Amino acid sequence: MDFDTLHWAWQALIAALLIVGGLFALIGAVGMLRFKDFYMRLHAPTKATTLGVGGVLLASMVINGFRGAWLLQELLIALFLFVTAPVSANLLAQAALHLRVPSKAPVPPDQPQP
Amino acid sequence: MIVEWALDFALLAVGAALLLCAWRLLRGPELPDRVLALDTMYVNIVALVVLLGLRQGTQLFFEAAMLIALLGFVATVALARYLARGDVIE
Repeated sequence: MDFDTLHWAWQALIAALLIVGGLFALIGAVGMLRFKDFYMRLHAPTKATTLGVGGVLLASMVINGFRGAWLLQELLIALFLFVTAPVSANLLAQAALHLRVPSKAPVPPDQPQP
Repeated sequence: MIVEWALDFALLAVGAALLLCAWRLLRGPELPDRVLALDTMYVNIVALVVLLGLRQGTQLFFEAAMLIALLGFVATVALARYLARGDVIE
């Protein structure tokens, strides 16, 4: 598709959505690499799911709208990812608690120190 | 022009994110860390396939992205159940 025929504001919107999506996917992965323990790392990929894939799919919806083809698949992917991300995170947290994965979070001073 | 540039940037960023998640997958240190890295890789691969479909200008890739999202969720749930209970289906 030739994107140059679109109005510049639409081009800027699509480009901004794509850049935000890519950046948040990258930020989620960097958080995944740099956080200290599993329970902190569980927080990082939510960014990649909601804003990363969400931004990319929104851009794709705008582009396909201009192509004249509204796709059901994009909406289904977004809905499915948004519904299943908390479920899998919850199950992973249960598994980590069951395996007694150590936490490195600081304990408040009035609590018994480990 | 700017859209092509943004598509290339997003492809590079998601590819780099995949590499970082692969590093966490290999590194561990705990089993749930590896499963979490695999789950994040599935999500990033969905974004990568959608971006590739936009770049190639075909709508065939969206079906593949939906299948990958479905299978990724099933795989994560199965692995998490296996870690928590010792088997997948009781």
